[in-house]
Amino acid sequence: MSAVRPDPSKLYHRKMPATWWLTNWSYFLFMLRELSSVFIAVFLVVYLCQIYQLSQGPDAYNAFTQKLSSLGWILFHLVALLFALYHSITWFQSSAVVLPLRIGERLISRSIVTALHVGAWAVVSVIVVVLFLALKS
Amino acid sequence: MTTEKTMEPLWWGLFSAGGVVAAFLVPIHIILVGFAVPLGWTTDTGALYHIWWVKLYLFVLIVLPLYHWAHRFYFTLNDMGLKAISKLLAVLCYGGAIVGTFATAWILLKI
Amino acid sequence: MAEPTITLNVTRYRPDKDRAPTTQTYVVPYREDWVVLDALNHIKDQMDGTLSYRWSCRMGVCGSCGMMVNGTPKLTCAAFLRDYYPQAIRVEPLVNFPIIRDLVIDMTDFMDKLKSVKPWIIRKEEKPVSEGEYLQTPAELEAFHQFTQCINCMLCYAACPVYGLEPKFLGPAAIALGYRYNMDSRDQGKDQREIIGNHDGIWDCTFVGECSVVCPKHVDPAAAIQRSKVDTTKNWFQSILMPWGQR
Repeated sequence: MSAVRPDPSKLYHRKMPATWWLTNWSYFLFMLRELSSVFIAVFLVVYLCQIYQLSQGPDAYNAFTQKLSSLGWILFHLVALLFALYHSITWFQSSAVVLPLRIGERLISRSIVTALHVGAWAVVSVIVVVLFLALKS
Repeated sequence: MTTEKTMEPLWWGLFSAGGVVAAFLVPIHIILVGFAVPLGWTTDTGALYHIWWVKLYLFVLIVLPLYHWAHRFYFTLNDMGLKAISKLLAVLCYGGAIVGTFATAWILLKI
Repeated sequence: MAEPTITLNVTRYRPDKDRAPTTQTYVVPYREDWVVLDALNHIKDQMDGTLSYRWSCRMGVCGSCGMMVNGTPKLTCAAFLRDYYPQAIRVEPLVNFPIIRDLVIDMTDFMDKLKSVKPWIIRKEEKPVSEGEYLQTPAELEAFHQFTQCINCMLCYAACPVYGLEPKFLGPAAIALGYRYNMDSRDQGKDQREIIGNHDGIWDCTFVGECSVVCPKHVDPAAAIQRSKVDTTKNWFQSILMPWGQR
Protein backbone atom coordinates (compact mmCIF):
# COMPACT_ATOMS: atom_id res chain seq x y z
CA MET A 1 0.00 0.00 0.00
CA SER A 2 1.58 3.30 -1.04
CA ALA A 3 1.89 6.13 1.47
CA VAL A 4 -0.73 8.86 1.25
CA ARG A 5 1.00 12.22 1.53
CA PRO A 6 -0.83 15.36 2.63
CA ASP A 7 -1.72 17.94 -0.03
CA PRO A 8 1.25 20.34 0.10
CA SER A 9 -0.82 23.32 -1.00
CA LYS A 10 -3.02 23.07 2.11
CA LEU A 11 -0.18 22.76 4.65
CA TYR A 12 0.45 25.75 6.91
CA HIS A 13 4.12 26.62 7.39
CA ARG A 14 5.01 28.58 10.52
CA LYS A 15 8.03 30.79 10.01
CA MET A 16 10.77 30.74 12.65
CA PRO A 17 11.33 34.34 13.87
CA ALA A 18 14.83 35.87 13.68
CA THR A 19 14.51 36.46 17.42
CA TRP A 20 14.03 32.74 18.07
CA TRP A 21 16.91 32.78 20.56
CA LEU A 22 15.05 35.27 22.75
CA THR A 23 11.94 33.10 23.06
CA ASN A 24 13.21 30.87 25.81
CA TRP A 25 15.86 30.74 28.50
CA SER A 26 17.73 27.68 27.14
CA TYR A 27 18.10 29.22 23.70
CA PHE A 28 19.28 32.51 25.25
CA LEU A 29 21.95 30.77 27.36
CA PHE A 30 23.01 28.88 24.24
CA MET A 31 23.49 32.17 22.37
CA LEU A 32 25.51 33.61 25.28
CA ARG A 33 27.74 30.54 25.14
CA GLU A 34 28.29 31.04 21.43
CA LEU A 35 29.02 34.76 21.87
CA SER A 36 31.65 33.98 24.52
CA SER A 37 33.93 33.02 21.61
CA VAL A 38 33.84 36.66 20.43
CA PHE A 39 35.07 38.02 23.75
CA ILE A 40 37.78 35.37 23.93
CA ALA A 41 38.96 36.26 20.42
CA VAL A 42 38.93 40.03 21.13
CA PHE A 43 40.93 39.53 24.34
CA LEU A 44 43.55 37.44 22.49
CA VAL A 45 43.87 40.13 19.82
CA VAL A 46 44.37 42.76 22.55
CA TYR A 47 47.01 40.50 24.12
CA LEU A 48 48.71 40.10 20.74
CA CYS A 49 48.74 43.88 20.34
CA GLN A 50 50.43 44.21 23.72
CA ILE A 51 53.06 41.63 22.74
CA TYR A 52 53.61 43.49 19.45
CA GLN A 53 54.57 46.61 21.44
CA LEU A 54 57.77 44.82 22.50
CA SER A 55 59.02 45.23 18.94
CA GLN A 56 58.53 48.98 19.34
CA GLY A 57 60.67 49.25 22.48
CA PRO A 58 60.14 48.95 26.25
CA ASP A 59 58.45 52.36 26.54
CA ALA A 60 55.79 51.33 24.04
CA TYR A 61 55.13 48.14 26.02
CA ASN A 62 54.80 50.03 29.31
CA ALA A 63 52.57 52.67 27.75
CA PHE A 64 50.24 49.95 26.50
CA THR A 65 50.13 48.30 29.91
CA GLN A 66 49.29 51.73 31.39
CA LYS A 67 46.35 52.06 28.98
CA LEU A 68 45.03 48.71 30.19
CA SER A 69 44.63 50.12 33.69
CA SER A 70 41.93 52.56 32.52
CA LEU A 71 38.36 51.93 33.70
CA GLY A 72 37.13 51.07 30.22
CA TRP A 73 39.70 48.32 29.74
CA ILE A 74 39.18 46.96 33.25
CA LEU A 75 35.46 46.68 32.55
CA PHE A 76 36.13 45.00 29.21
CA HIS A 77 38.39 42.43 30.86
CA LEU A 78 35.83 41.82 33.58
CA VAL A 79 33.14 41.07 30.99
CA ALA A 80 35.62 39.00 28.96
CA LEU A 81 36.57 37.00 32.06
CA LEU A 82 32.93 36.23 32.85
CA PHE A 83 32.33 35.06 29.29
CA ALA A 84 35.59 33.05 29.30
CA LEU A 85 34.57 31.30 32.52
CA TYR A 86 31.15 30.58 31.03
CA HIS A 87 32.87 29.06 28.00
CA SER A 88 35.07 26.95 30.28
CA ILE A 89 32.28 25.52 32.40
CA THR A 90 30.00 24.78 29.41
CA TRP A 91 32.96 23.25 27.54
CA PHE A 92 33.76 20.95 30.46
CA GLN A 93 30.08 19.93 30.69
CA SER A 94 30.05 19.22 26.95
CA SER A 95 33.26 17.17 27.23
CA ALA A 96 31.56 14.95 29.80
CA VAL A 97 28.77 14.26 27.27
CA VAL A 98 31.11 13.58 24.36
CA LEU A 99 33.66 11.39 26.10
CA PRO A 100 32.11 8.70 28.29
CA LEU A 101 34.81 7.74 30.79
CA ARG A 102 34.94 4.37 32.48
CA ILE A 103 36.65 2.85 35.49
CA GLY A 104 36.76 -0.82 34.49
CA GLU A 105 33.13 -1.52 33.56
CA ARG A 106 31.47 1.34 35.44
CA LEU A 107 30.61 4.58 33.67
CA ILE A 108 31.75 7.69 35.57
CA SER A 109 28.89 10.15 36.13
CA ARG A 110 28.88 13.32 34.03
CA SER A 111 29.03 15.64 37.03
CA ILE A 112 32.18 13.91 38.25
CA VAL A 113 33.80 14.15 34.81
CA THR A 114 32.94 17.87 34.74
CA ALA A 115 34.37 18.31 38.25
CA LEU A 116 37.59 16.57 37.18
CA HIS A 117 37.89 19.02 34.28
CA VAL A 118 37.39 21.97 36.66
CA GLY A 119 40.08 20.53 38.92
CA ALA A 120 42.47 20.19 35.99
CA TRP A 121 41.67 23.77 34.97
CA ALA A 122 42.54 25.01 38.47
CA VAL A 123 45.85 23.12 38.45
CA VAL A 124 46.75 24.40 34.98
CA SER A 125 45.92 27.97 35.99
CA VAL A 126 48.20 27.73 39.04
CA ILE A 127 51.02 26.35 36.87
CA VAL A 128 50.63 29.26 34.44
CA VAL A 129 50.85 31.80 37.27
CA VAL A 130 53.91 30.10 38.79
CA LEU A 131 55.66 30.00 35.40
CA PHE A 132 54.75 33.62 34.72
CA LEU A 133 56.14 34.81 38.06
CA ALA A 134 59.29 32.69 37.63
CA LEU A 135 60.03 33.80 34.06
CA LYS A 136 58.93 37.43 33.95
CA SER A 137 62.18 38.93 35.14
CA MET B 1 35.72 7.00 4.55
CA THR B 2 34.04 9.21 2.01
CA THR B 3 34.02 12.43 3.99
CA GLU B 4 36.53 14.01 1.62
CA LYS B 5 33.50 15.69 0.10
CA THR B 6 33.33 18.03 3.03
CA MET B 7 36.12 19.91 4.79
CA GLU B 8 33.96 20.26 7.91
CA PRO B 9 36.03 17.79 9.97
CA LEU B 10 39.05 20.09 9.53
CA TRP B 11 37.21 23.17 10.80
CA TRP B 12 35.48 21.25 13.56
CA GLY B 13 38.80 19.70 14.63
CA LEU B 14 40.37 23.18 14.85
CA PHE B 15 37.25 24.48 16.61
CA SER B 16 37.55 21.71 19.19
CA ALA B 17 41.26 22.19 19.77
CA GLY B 18 40.68 25.93 20.12
CA GLY B 19 37.86 25.28 22.55
CA VAL B 20 40.07 23.14 24.77
CA VAL B 21 42.87 25.74 24.77
CA ALA B 22 40.43 28.56 25.48
CA ALA B 23 38.65 26.64 28.24
CA PHE B 24 41.81 25.71 30.16
CA LEU B 25 44.04 28.73 29.54
CA VAL B 26 42.16 31.91 28.65
CA PRO B 27 40.63 32.78 32.05
CA ILE B 28 43.98 32.86 33.88
CA HIS B 29 45.58 34.89 31.08
CA ILE B 30 42.75 37.43 31.25
CA ILE B 31 43.48 37.76 34.96
CA LEU B 32 47.21 38.24 34.31
CA VAL B 33 46.95 40.61 31.34
CA GLY B 34 43.76 42.44 32.26
CA PHE B 35 44.11 42.79 36.04
CA ALA B 36 47.34 41.54 37.66
CA VAL B 37 49.80 43.74 35.77
CA PRO B 38 47.66 46.84 35.03
CA LEU B 39 46.45 47.02 38.63
CA GLY B 40 49.95 46.56 39.98
CA TRP B 41 49.52 43.17 41.69
CA THR B 42 52.79 42.29 39.93
CA THR B 43 55.20 43.87 37.45
CA ASP B 44 56.07 42.72 33.97
CA THR B 45 58.58 44.00 31.39
CA GLY B 46 57.53 41.51 28.74
CA ALA B 47 61.00 39.93 28.84
CA LEU B 48 59.58 36.39 29.06
CA TYR B 49 58.05 36.73 25.60
CA HIS B 50 61.53 36.51 24.10
CA ILE B 51 61.95 32.89 25.29
CA TRP B 52 61.47 30.55 22.32
CA TRP B 53 59.16 28.04 23.97
CA VAL B 54 57.07 30.84 25.48
CA LYS B 55 56.59 32.08 21.89
CA LEU B 56 55.49 28.59 20.88
CA TYR B 57 53.04 28.48 23.78
CA LEU B 58 51.69 31.93 22.86
CA PHE B 59 51.23 30.84 19.24
CA VAL B 60 49.04 27.94 20.36
CA LEU B 61 47.24 30.07 22.99
CA ILE B 62 46.32 32.83 20.53
CA VAL B 63 45.84 31.01 17.21
CA LEU B 64 43.76 27.95 18.11
CA PRO B 65 40.97 29.91 19.88
CA LEU B 66 40.78 32.11 16.76
CA TYR B 67 39.66 29.04 14.81
CA HIS B 68 37.29 28.23 17.65
CA TRP B 69 35.80 31.75 17.30
CA ALA B 70 35.68 31.56 13.48
CA HIS B 71 33.69 28.30 13.40
CA ARG B 72 31.34 29.24 16.23
CA PHE B 73 30.72 32.81 15.02
CA TYR B 74 30.13 31.63 11.43
CA PHE B 75 27.37 29.29 12.62
CA THR B 76 25.96 31.93 15.00
CA LEU B 77 25.67 34.56 12.26
CA ASN B 78 23.95 32.01 10.01
CA ASP B 79 21.53 31.12 12.81
CA MET B 80 20.75 34.79 13.45
CA GLY B 81 19.34 35.22 9.97
CA LEU B 82 22.35 35.96 7.74
CA LYS B 83 22.20 32.67 5.86
CA ALA B 84 21.82 34.53 2.55
CA ILE B 85 25.43 35.77 2.74
CA SER B 86 26.76 32.48 4.09
CA LYS B 87 29.72 32.30 1.69
CA LEU B 88 30.84 35.86 2.53
CA LEU B 89 30.57 35.08 6.24
CA ALA B 90 32.74 31.98 5.76
CA VAL B 91 35.43 34.06 4.06
CA LEU B 92 35.33 36.71 6.78
CA CYS B 93 35.38 34.25 9.68
CA TYR B 94 37.75 31.51 8.56
CA GLY B 95 39.74 34.05 6.55
CA GLY B 96 40.03 36.19 9.66
CA ALA B 97 41.41 33.26 11.62
CA ILE B 98 43.93 32.51 8.88
CA VAL B 99 45.04 36.15 8.78
CA GLY B 100 45.34 36.04 12.56
CA THR B 101 47.51 32.94 12.29
CA PHE B 102 50.01 34.68 10.02
CA ALA B 103 49.88 37.92 12.02
CA THR B 104 50.60 36.06 15.25
CA ALA B 105 53.52 34.15 13.73
CA TRP B 106 54.94 37.35 12.22
CA ILE B 107 54.68 39.28 15.49
CA LEU B 108 56.16 36.49 17.62
CA LEU B 109 59.11 36.21 15.22
CA LYS B 110 59.54 40.00 15.15
CA ILE B 111 59.80 40.66 18.90
CA MET C 1 -19.69 23.53 45.24
CA ALA C 2 -18.70 24.23 41.64
CA GLU C 3 -16.39 21.68 40.03
CA PRO C 4 -12.85 23.08 39.50
CA THR C 5 -12.01 23.81 35.88
CA ILE C 6 -8.94 24.65 33.83
CA THR C 7 -8.69 26.58 30.55
CA LEU C 8 -7.02 25.18 27.44
CA ASN C 9 -6.10 27.52 24.56
CA VAL C 10 -5.85 25.19 21.59
CA THR C 11 -4.66 25.88 18.05
CA ARG C 12 -7.27 25.34 15.37
CA TYR C 13 -6.51 25.20 11.64
CA ARG C 14 -9.02 23.99 9.08
CA PRO C 15 -7.23 23.97 5.69
CA ASP C 16 -10.47 24.25 3.72
CA LYS C 17 -11.71 27.26 5.72
CA ASP C 18 -8.79 29.05 7.44
CA ARG C 19 -6.01 31.16 5.94
CA ALA C 20 -3.98 30.86 9.15
CA PRO C 21 -4.21 29.06 12.49
CA THR C 22 -6.37 30.56 15.26
CA THR C 23 -6.77 29.80 18.94
CA GLN C 24 -9.90 28.31 20.46
CA THR C 25 -10.52 28.40 24.19
CA TYR C 26 -12.02 25.43 26.02
CA VAL C 27 -12.85 25.24 29.72
CA VAL C 28 -12.58 21.63 30.88
CA PRO C 29 -13.01 19.93 34.27
CA TYR C 30 -9.84 19.92 36.31
CA ARG C 31 -8.94 16.47 37.67
CA GLU C 32 -5.84 15.87 39.77
CA ASP C 33 -4.88 12.76 37.80
CA TRP C 34 -5.61 14.07 34.31
CA VAL C 35 -3.00 14.75 31.69
CA VAL C 36 -3.39 17.20 28.79
CA LEU C 37 -4.38 14.27 26.56
CA ASP C 38 -7.28 13.48 28.91
CA ALA C 39 -8.42 17.10 28.58
CA LEU C 40 -8.20 16.92 24.76
CA ASN C 41 -10.16 13.65 24.74
CA HIS C 42 -12.79 15.27 26.97
CA ILE C 43 -13.04 18.19 24.51
CA LYS C 44 -13.41 15.84 21.56
CA ASP C 45 -15.90 13.50 23.26
CA GLN C 46 -18.05 16.04 25.10
CA MET C 47 -17.53 19.52 23.67
CA ASP C 48 -16.16 19.75 20.14
CA GLY C 49 -15.87 16.66 18.00
CA THR C 50 -14.15 18.61 15.20
CA LEU C 51 -10.84 18.93 17.10
CA SER C 52 -8.13 16.79 15.43
CA TYR C 53 -5.00 15.42 17.10
CA ARG C 54 -2.89 12.25 17.19
CA TRP C 55 -2.74 9.89 20.15
CA SER C 56 -2.66 6.17 20.86
CA CYS C 57 -1.16 4.37 23.83
CA ARG C 58 -1.58 7.23 26.36
CA MET C 59 1.34 5.85 28.33
CA GLY C 60 4.45 7.29 26.72
CA VAL C 61 5.58 4.45 24.45
CA CYS C 62 3.98 5.08 21.07
CA GLY C 63 5.25 8.60 20.39
CA SER C 64 1.98 9.78 18.79
CA CYS C 65 0.78 12.57 21.08
CA GLY C 66 3.65 15.07 20.89
CA MET C 67 2.52 18.72 20.98
CA MET C 68 3.70 22.10 22.31
CA VAL C 69 2.39 22.58 25.85
CA ASN C 70 3.01 26.19 26.97
CA GLY C 71 5.72 26.44 24.35
CA THR C 72 7.60 23.26 25.32
CA PRO C 73 7.49 20.08 23.22
CA LYS C 74 5.87 17.38 25.35
CA LEU C 75 3.99 14.11 25.12
CA THR C 76 0.49 15.23 26.08
CA CYS C 77 -0.03 11.87 27.81
CA ALA C 78 2.82 12.81 30.15
CA ALA C 79 1.91 16.45 30.83
CA PHE C 80 -0.15 16.60 34.00
CA LEU C 81 -2.81 19.33 34.36
CA ARG C 82 -1.81 19.72 38.01
CA ASP C 83 1.63 21.01 36.95
CA TYR C 84 -0.05 23.98 35.23
CA TYR C 85 -3.22 24.52 37.28
CA PRO C 86 -4.68 27.06 37.87
CA GLN C 87 -2.98 28.83 34.91
CA ALA C 88 -4.35 28.32 31.43
CA ILE C 89 -2.56 25.83 29.19
CA ARG C 90 -1.59 26.66 25.62
CA VAL C 91 -1.68 23.59 23.36
CA GLU C 92 -0.14 23.98 19.88
CA PRO C 93 1.06 21.61 17.16
CA LEU C 94 4.76 20.63 17.29
CA VAL C 95 6.82 23.51 15.90
CA ASN C 96 9.17 23.14 12.93
CA PHE C 97 6.63 20.95 11.12
CA PRO C 98 3.91 22.10 8.70
CA ILE C 99 0.38 21.92 10.09
CA ILE C 100 -2.07 19.63 8.30
CA ARG C 101 -5.05 20.38 10.55
CA ASP C 102 -5.53 21.62 14.13
CA LEU C 103 -2.85 19.83 16.19
CA VAL C 104 -1.83 17.38 13.46
CA ILE C 105 1.52 18.02 11.75
CA ASP C 106 3.03 16.65 8.54
CA MET C 107 5.73 14.15 9.48
CA THR C 108 6.72 13.17 5.93
CA ASP C 109 10.14 14.84 6.19
CA PHE C 110 10.85 13.06 9.46
CA MET C 111 9.95 9.65 8.03
CA ASP C 112 12.10 10.24 4.95
CA LYS C 113 15.05 11.19 7.14
CA LEU C 114 14.73 8.08 9.31
CA LYS C 115 14.88 5.95 6.19
CA SER C 116 17.84 7.84 4.77
CA VAL C 117 20.25 6.60 7.48
CA LYS C 118 19.59 2.94 6.49
CA PRO C 119 18.36 1.83 9.91
CA TRP C 120 19.04 -1.90 9.58
CA ILE C 121 21.99 -4.23 10.11
CA ILE C 122 24.23 -4.04 7.06
CA ARG C 123 26.73 -6.87 6.65
CA LYS C 124 29.69 -7.08 4.27
CA GLU C 125 29.37 -10.83 4.62
CA GLU C 126 26.24 -12.53 5.85
CA LYS C 127 26.69 -15.33 8.34
CA PRO C 128 24.88 -18.48 7.18
CA VAL C 129 22.07 -19.61 9.48
CA SER C 130 23.95 -22.84 10.17
CA GLU C 131 26.67 -20.85 11.92
CA GLY C 132 24.18 -19.62 14.51
CA GLU C 133 23.30 -16.22 15.90
CA TYR C 134 25.46 -13.12 16.09
CA LEU C 135 26.65 -13.06 19.69
CA GLN C 136 27.07 -9.89 21.71
CA THR C 137 28.60 -9.31 25.11
CA PRO C 138 26.71 -7.10 27.60
CA ALA C 139 29.32 -4.39 26.97
CA GLU C 140 28.71 -4.52 23.20
CA LEU C 141 24.98 -4.18 23.82
CA GLU C 142 25.51 -1.29 26.22
CA ALA C 143 27.44 0.59 23.54
CA PHE C 144 24.25 1.25 21.54
CA HIS C 145 21.32 0.18 23.71
CA GLN C 146 20.27 3.64 24.91
CA PHE C 147 19.95 4.78 21.28
CA THR C 148 17.45 2.00 20.51
CA GLN C 149 14.89 3.55 22.86
CA CYS C 150 13.64 6.22 20.44
CA ILE C 151 9.84 6.20 20.03
CA ASN C 152 9.88 8.57 17.05
CA CYS C 153 7.85 11.20 18.88
CA MET C 154 9.62 14.11 17.12
CA LEU C 155 9.86 16.27 20.27
CA CYS C 156 13.59 16.61 19.54
CA TYR C 157 12.89 18.11 16.10
CA ALA C 158 10.50 20.61 17.68
CA ALA C 159 13.15 21.54 20.25
CA CYS C 160 15.97 21.92 17.72
CA PRO C 161 16.44 25.52 16.50
CA VAL C 162 18.83 24.29 13.80
CA TYR C 163 16.07 22.16 12.25
CA GLY C 164 13.73 25.12 12.56
CA LEU C 165 16.16 27.30 10.61
CA GLU C 166 17.33 24.63 8.14
CA PRO C 167 14.71 22.03 7.17
CA LYS C 168 17.37 20.04 5.30
CA PHE C 169 19.11 19.18 8.59
CA LEU C 170 18.97 15.41 9.20
CA GLY C 171 17.99 16.05 12.80
CA PRO C 172 18.53 14.45 16.21
CA ALA C 173 16.40 11.28 15.99
CA ALA C 174 17.64 10.28 12.52
CA ILE C 175 21.30 10.78 13.45
CA ALA C 176 20.84 8.96 16.78
CA LEU C 177 19.23 6.12 14.83
CA GLY C 178 22.15 5.97 12.40
CA TYR C 179 24.55 6.07 15.35
CA ARG C 180 22.64 3.17 16.94
CA TYR C 181 23.46 1.02 13.93
CA ASN C 182 27.03 2.27 13.56
CA MET C 183 27.68 1.34 17.20
CA ASP C 184 26.05 -2.10 16.90
CA SER C 185 28.83 -4.71 16.81
CA ARG C 186 26.78 -6.79 14.37
CA ASP C 187 26.70 -3.95 11.83
CA GLN C 188 29.35 -3.46 9.11
CA GLY C 189 27.66 -0.67 7.18
CA LYS C 190 29.13 2.56 8.57
CA ASP C 191 30.50 3.61 5.18
CA GLN C 192 27.01 3.32 3.72
CA ARG C 193 25.64 5.83 6.18
CA GLU C 194 27.70 8.69 4.77
CA ILE C 195 24.64 10.94 4.82
CA ILE C 196 25.38 11.37 8.52
CA GLY C 197 28.85 12.78 7.83
CA ASN C 198 27.82 15.04 4.96
CA HIS C 199 26.57 18.62 4.97
CA ASP C 200 23.15 18.77 6.65
CA GLY C 201 24.17 15.72 8.66
CA ILE C 202 26.05 16.09 11.94
CA TRP C 203 27.86 19.25 10.77
CA ASP C 204 24.75 21.45 10.93
CA CYS C 205 24.40 20.71 14.63
CA THR C 206 25.72 23.38 17.02
CA PHE C 207 25.11 21.33 20.18
CA VAL C 208 22.29 23.45 21.57
CA GLY C 209 21.40 20.28 23.48
CA GLU C 210 17.66 20.90 23.74
CA CYS C 211 16.90 17.68 21.86
CA SER C 212 18.26 15.60 24.74
CA VAL C 213 16.51 17.79 27.31
CA VAL C 214 13.03 17.16 25.83
CA CYS C 215 13.50 13.48 24.92
CA PRO C 216 10.97 11.47 26.97
CA LYS C 217 13.01 8.24 26.66
CA HIS C 218 16.43 9.66 27.58
CA VAL C 219 17.94 8.63 24.26
CA ASP C 220 20.35 11.60 24.39
CA PRO C 221 20.58 12.30 20.65
CA ALA C 222 22.91 15.24 21.36
CA ALA C 223 25.50 12.79 22.70
CA ALA C 224 25.09 10.58 19.63
CA ILE C 225 25.70 13.56 17.34
CA GLN C 226 28.74 14.92 19.19
CA ARG C 227 30.33 11.46 19.43
CA SER C 228 29.72 11.03 15.71
CA LYS C 229 31.54 14.33 15.12
CA VAL C 230 34.56 13.09 17.13
CA ASP C 231 34.54 9.75 15.28
CA THR C 232 34.21 11.31 11.85
CA THR C 233 36.89 13.91 12.58
CA LYS C 234 39.33 11.28 13.90
CA ASN C 235 38.81 9.19 10.75
CA TRP C 236 39.16 12.24 8.51
CA PHE C 237 42.50 13.27 10.05
CA GLN C 238 43.70 9.66 9.92
CA SER C 239 42.80 9.38 6.24
CA ILE C 240 44.67 12.63 5.52
CA LEU C 241 47.75 11.94 7.64
CA MET C 242 47.97 8.17 7.15
CA PRO C 243 46.22 7.38 3.86
CA TRP C 244 47.88 4.01 3.56
CA GLY C 245 46.03 2.58 6.54
CA GLN C 246 42.61 2.60 4.84
CA ARG C 247 40.34 -0.38 5.38
